[in-house]
Amino acid sequence: MNGVDHKFARLKTSKRKGIITYLTAGDPDLQATEAIVLEMARRGADMVELGVPFSDPVADGPVIQDASKRALVRDVTLEDVLKLAGRLRSRVRIPLLLMSYYNPIFSYGLSNFVDSASCSGVDGVIIPDLPLEESEAFSWDLKKAGIHFISFLAPTSSDQRIKETVERATGFIYCISVAGVTGARDVIPAQAHKLLEKVNSMTEVPLALGFGISSPEQVQSIGKHGSAVIIGSAIMKLVEQGGDGETIARRVGAFLKKFN
Amino acid sequence: MVLPDRNGYFGNFGGRFVPETLMSALLELESSYRHCKNDPDYWEELHYYYKNYSGRPTPLYYAGRLTERYGKAKIYLKREDLNHTGAHKINNTLGQALLAKRMGKSRVIAETGAGQHGVATATVATLFGLECVIYMGEEDMKRQELNVFRMKLLGGEVIPVASGSKTLKDATNEAMRDWVANLETTHYIIGSVVGPHPYPAMVRDFQAVIGSETREQLLASTGKLPDYLLACVGGGSNAIGFFHNFLEDGQIQLIGIEAAGRGLTTGDHAASLTGGRPGVLHGSLSFLLQDQAGQVSPAHSISAGLDYPGVGPEHAYLKISGRTKYVAVSDPEALQAFKLLAESEGIIPALESAHALAYLEKLMPLTTGEEIVAVCLSGRGDKDVAEVSSVLSAGEEVDKL
Repeated sequence: MNGVDHKFARLKTSKRKGIITYLTAGDPDLQATEAIVLEMARRGADMVELGVPFSDPVADGPVIQDASKRALVRDVTLEDVLKLAGRLRSRVRIPLLLMSYYNPIFSYGLSNFVDSASCSGVDGVIIPDLPLEESEAFSWDLKKAGIHFISFLAPTSSDQRIKETVERATGFIYCISVAGVTGARDVIPAQAHKLLEKVNSMTEVPLALGFGISSPEQVQSIGKHGSAVIIGSAIMKLVEQGGDGETIARRVGAFLKKFN
Repeated sequence: MVLPDRNGYFGNFGGRFVPETLMSALLELESSYRHCKNDPDYWEELHYYYKNYSGRPTPLYYAGRLTERYGKAKIYLKREDLNHTGAHKINNTLGQALLAKRMGKSRVIAETGAGQHGVATATVATLFGLECVIYMGEEDMKRQELNVFRMKLLGGEVIPVASGSKTLKDATNEAMRDWVANLETTHYIIGSVVGPHPYPAMVRDFQAVIGSETREQLLASTGKLPDYLLACVGGGSNAIGFFHNFLEDGQIQLIGIEAAGRGLTTGDHAASLTGGRPGVLHGSLSFLLQDQAGQVSPAHSISAGLDYPGVGPEHAYLKISGRTKYVAVSDPEALQAFKLLAESEGIIPALESAHALAYLEKLMPLTTGEEIVAVCLSGRGDKDVAEVSSVLSAGEEVDKL
């Protein structure tokens, strides 16, 4: 059974909201990323999303843009992140997700990528600029290798798109809370609740809410229709404050403790 | 077959590689555009503004002195530089602004490199009473101060972009981020035949007026079709607009000229088709300047309007199909041509257009006196005079070029 499915089944039994933590890999360096992920797993993160840095992250706000830029100064590549995932696989039990914009994967070669991701023990792949229309064949190839292709839905998605998306979705569906880019926001907008409710009524696939999530109060407020939240920019802000891997890991660990 | 196909593909290139949040806006735009495309009233209104506001049709000028200099084929210049705002960009912004109005949008945004598209957008926004925000890289703002002032004078808000390489590609990223957060009110006027479907097809359709006028004008004055068409290619909108009407005339050689910057081997260039490989940027799959790992490489060209690491997907298709030939000329070659046209014809070309003119040096010896070469003079060079003057004073004097 894929780790993501196993995790959501357990979350359901324990009636708990899952916490998915995002990290731009290689910021400040790959060793630090490894240390932070280990600490996240210890502090109760349910899944970790490793972000591959990209030169043109159009779906991201300033915090993750800057993190990407810092990682790219060190020339961190998709291949580095796949290797990192491989190392982490033997050290943590939680599911590992890989987030990348499409071009690094396209450049790596799609079938090469499926092989490497599978070898590294990646459970799911998230590609913010590969919508339904462009992902049919690739998502199928990933699925055959036992890897979930994580679909997105947004408050702007039409009923027809929601229907087509849930038909294909596996693992979980990444629901975007707000029409905009990533970055911490104070409250979960009403449109996010509407989206979760609508999508939940159409599928059994678990829903994770992302974009703008940063506090335990927000997690409590997502209600019965969402199974998990994704926390990205709030964590990268803690990384941005600097220090070595251990220092950052402690800082992130203390932050995650509030969510338990 | 009419390209693109229903998914926005020109052969293997094009598509819609954007976040889910943008998809609804692209589908709405596609259906609105399809509706307008089949609406004679829409085209009538657009042509009213082409004629009475922008000054179309632009002349097709026989460049006698330039022709004499080479002593071979006859050279004609399609004078897009004589459009209102000084370049072909307004053909597209008029079309998209009218579309935005029909879609009920109250605000338009745009990215700009050299500032020509920003100026053309601010202009039409004022004309149609739309709020206007222009994203421009900090580097480009320094290089094109005068155009920044023009945009502000025209009521546009210019937002400096400090991320990434601080040029056109980063301004495009920022415009996409703005759009995704303001879909209800805002139409994004992309300035070239790049971006996700339907932009490459839509912008092409607006720019196709360049080629269709050229055909009519040349037939009227010579009774013949051209043998060669030359146009510069950054994103590639003036070239696509110039070529489109002639794609079916297989005997006509279409040549797109990219910016080789400091030279293709130096890595400091903007020649995506001649020096890049397939990749995805800003919503479409096309040729792209990128490193081994798929990170987008910064482009370089003396011409800010060509300084872009991507290129329209239809150009990628035309390259692979062999219908169009793509070559590249360097910064110094473009500067030479800039000077040559000023001296021989009394026309100062935009540095972008100077790239197309520079290729005459290589092409003309291969032509005969019976043949016709038509060059798209996509814009005028007033905006570049300060830049060229500073480049020349840093290096050689004008006379020594």
